[in-house]
Amino acid sequence: MKLLYFAWVRQKMGKGEEEIALPPGVKTARDLASHLAAMGDGHADAFADLKRLRVAINQEHANWDAAVGADDEIAFFPPVTGG
Amino acid sequence: MSVRVSIQAEDFDPAAEVAALTQDRADIGAVATFTGLVRGDDGLLAMTLEHYPGMTEREIAVHVAEAESRWPLSGVTIVHRVGTLKPGERIVLVAAASSHRAAAFAACEFLMDYLKTRAPFWKLERRGEGAVWVEARPSDDDAAGRWR
Repeated sequence: MKLLYFAWVRQKMGKGEEEIALPPGVKTARDLASHLAAMGDGHADAFADLKRLRVAINQEHANWDAAVGADDEIAFFPPVTGG
Repeated sequence: MSVRVSIQAEDFDPAAEVAALTQDRADIGAVATFTGLVRGDDGLLAMTLEHYPGMTEREIAVHVAEAESRWPLSGVTIVHRVGTLKPGERIVLVAAASSHRAAAFAACEFLMDYLKTRAPFWKLERRGEGAVWVEARPSDDDAAGRWR
């Protein structure tokens, strides 16, 4: 699966994107966030509070209980501030 | 309906965009435009806009289609800049054309409210002491919520 990070999530993760294999037991966006949070310092910091984060699955806004799959593009970012 | 959406680093010319939107059209009676500028308050030196290529265009297309389903529109132009901008520079243009003004005004405001709350852009503000990501404002969500 392809993971994308934007704004301060990208800065805390130290990268804008990465490819990973679907981790065992990960079924939802929330599961994926928990998995990523357990992977290291910047990761835990980025995913400490899901209320401050938003998720998109295959370029569409999604909720934390949405299913994620091995071929999905998942993006994590703060609430948007364009316009 | 004619639709032009551009995500670009370069500046844009609002008058040229409106001229292009209405060129060779005798059915358009109204064009409402909104231009957003970088406000240089609290010592802002520069603002850097980042976006999610692909999702941005997709999300804007969804809301343009919704605007078209709600109002009788002749055309829509949306230009949003990315990259580093200074106070006073243009950030965003929304232009909505219709046969009558009510639809043009409403669609322009609708599209702007959704750009602010759904399109994946983020602003990083640089002042003397460092750079800070702009926090989303609940009032922008309230503005978008009016259209539900």
